[in-house]
Amino acid sequence: MEPMIRLDAVSKHYPARKGSAAVTALSETSLDIARGEIFGVIGRSGAGKSTLIRLINLLERPSSGRVVVGGIDLTGLDNSKLRAARRQIGMIFQHFNLLSSRTVFDNVALPLELAGLSRKDIRSKVTPLLELVGLADKAGRYPAELSGGQKQRVGIARALATEPKVLLCDEATSALDPETTRSILGLLRDINEKLSITIVVITHEMQVIKEICDRVAVIDAGAVVELASVEQVFTRPKTEVTRSLLAVVSGDELPAPLSARLTREPVSGSAVLRLRFTGDDAEAPVIARLSRSHGIDASILHGQVDAIRNASFGTLVIAVPVSGDALAAVIRYLENQNVVVEPLGYLAADLRAAS
Amino acid sequence: MSLLSHLGISPQISGLLVEATLQTLQMTAVAGLLGTLFGLPLGVLLATSGRGELLQCVSFNRVAGLIVNATRSTPFIILVVAIIPFTRLVAGTSIGTAAAIVPLTIAAVPFIARIVETAIREVDQGLVEAAKAMGATPLQIIRKVLVPEAMPGIVAGLTLAIVSLIGYSAMVGAVGGGGLGDLGIRYGYQRFMPEVMALVVLVLIVLVQAVQTAGDRVARRVNKRLRDA
Ligand SMILES: Nc1ncnc2c1ncn2[C@@H]1O[C@H](COP(=O)(O)OP(=O)(O)OP(=O)(O)O)[C@@H](O)[C@H]1O
Ligand SMILES: [Mg+2]
Repeated sequence: MEPMIRLDAVSKHYPARKGSAAVTALSETSLDIARGEIFGVIGRSGAGKSTLIRLINLLERPSSGRVVVGGIDLTGLDNSKLRAARRQIGMIFQHFNLLSSRTVFDNVALPLELAGLSRKDIRSKVTPLLELVGLADKAGRYPAELSGGQKQRVGIARALATEPKVLLCDEATSALDPETTRSILGLLRDINEKLSITIVVITHEMQVIKEICDRVAVIDAGAVVELASVEQVFTRPKTEVTRSLLAVVSGDELPAPLSARLTREPVSGSAVLRLRFTGDDAEAPVIARLSRSHGIDASILHGQVDAIRNASFGTLVIAVPVSGDALAAVIRYLENQNVVVEPLGYLAADLRAAS
Repeated sequence: MSLLSHLGISPQISGLLVEATLQTLQMTAVAGLLGTLFGLPLGVLLATSGRGELLQCVSFNRVAGLIVNATRSTPFIILVVAIIPFTRLVAGTSIGTAAAIVPLTIAAVPFIARIVETAIREVDQGLVEAAKAMGATPLQIIRKVLVPEAMPGIVAGLTLAIVSLIGYSAMVGAVGGGGLGDLGIRYGYQRFMPEVMALVVLVLIVLVQAVQTAGDRVARRVNKRLRDA
């Protein structure tokens, strides 16, 4: 099936200006986003995330390449056709961007006014939208009278007013606390299911990706460095960038006292391994089996089990008192059990006892 | 009126005072209205015609900016004299209240334009982005986003402009424009009637106070950014 959004070798350069060098915000990026999918884009600050999402509705014109949304090549449209095409693409923003001079109702009505609908048609569309986002009782309020979460709900209702096929979210939850973030993400998921709308989510938080995305692209320095299902990225991250973004949510950050004692060079003592489990394996008694089959007392230093959508996954940091060939055998055994093994370093023997 | 006669003001003088007040109100109101009529669109154009802006037209922006600055830096009294031929062309005469409205309007337009420009530039660019993403045309963005969002600033600025116009209208009195300034100079100063001067100043204070209070009230009404608005 034809993708909902296709970026075809899209680049964006900002020319040099007084006092600043030229920037390549995005280089030769090709990407397909399927219909009905919730697609995440994650990266560090300045990686090019906002540039990428703004290219999808041509708020930013690509320097080269094509942007195709719903089968229409936006890059080839004149201004008036582009405006019509943009009605098919809703967008929500980190700072909500609501009009302070308009009530909640009139904010949601704005895109419909712009499209030239009658007052009556506008009313018949706005009211159910406010119900959908749970703000029917706030219709007459002004944005200044709402909480951040409520403002973003207005933003969502407004973005959906023209019944778009695509919803773009640029850091839509970054200004919200964790609980409100969860409720907004829940709403986005509902909308995705109810309206089968394609959603693109830009974020610098893996938590957001984990909560709602189907697939995720990791971008760094203006290029996609990793693109896979969320499960895949969480359990088998391929790049350093991904691992460091993951570290925050998946308990990859070792407790400070432990990481301070880790050495890179082998010492007599034990090797420290990080194990990643996915799916059913997350619940399998791998460590117990390892002890039995290899006669090794593995000690668990740190660990966490988590769930993404319906799949559970976990990480475990263990110390095994072996080295050389015996260590290689342990790693091979674990890998055969579908566990991803990452050696982290070594702990000296006396210190291990203290842990 | 009876209050004035209690204060020992002759009926002739109080008649003049009422007439002068009406003339001042007329000059201020008409110049304010015309100034807004021309100044508002000019301000919008100044704010949106720069490089990379909605209605980009850099040469217009430069020229308009230059004219606005030139007008604003000319002392008002010199402007009044300098444009006498133009005033005669428009008003048919160069003296009287109708004639005074011409230089007042010409001073008001660039003043109001700059005020509107500033208010519009203060509107969050994020709102413009959002409107663009909705498929708004540049004119829709101006009408539905920029002007309404800039309204609190515009109202505050218009209040300032009208207060200034009241002051300027007293100055045109000096060149035969009528109004309170004229009365104050002719009777209060040239005929040594300090009580007339005092009355003129008092009426001006009341007028300015009334305009400011009304302006503040409207500004508060249109400003929805505050929680207790
Ligand atoms: N209008 C612009 N002119 C020049 N450079 C720009 C412009 N917009 C973005 N950039 C540059 O492009 C790069 C990517 O910016 P972008 O805003 O896409 O990053 P981001 O991933 O969204 O970052 P953040 O998480 O901080 O929002 C940055 O180096 C930025 O400085
Ligand atoms: Mg950004």
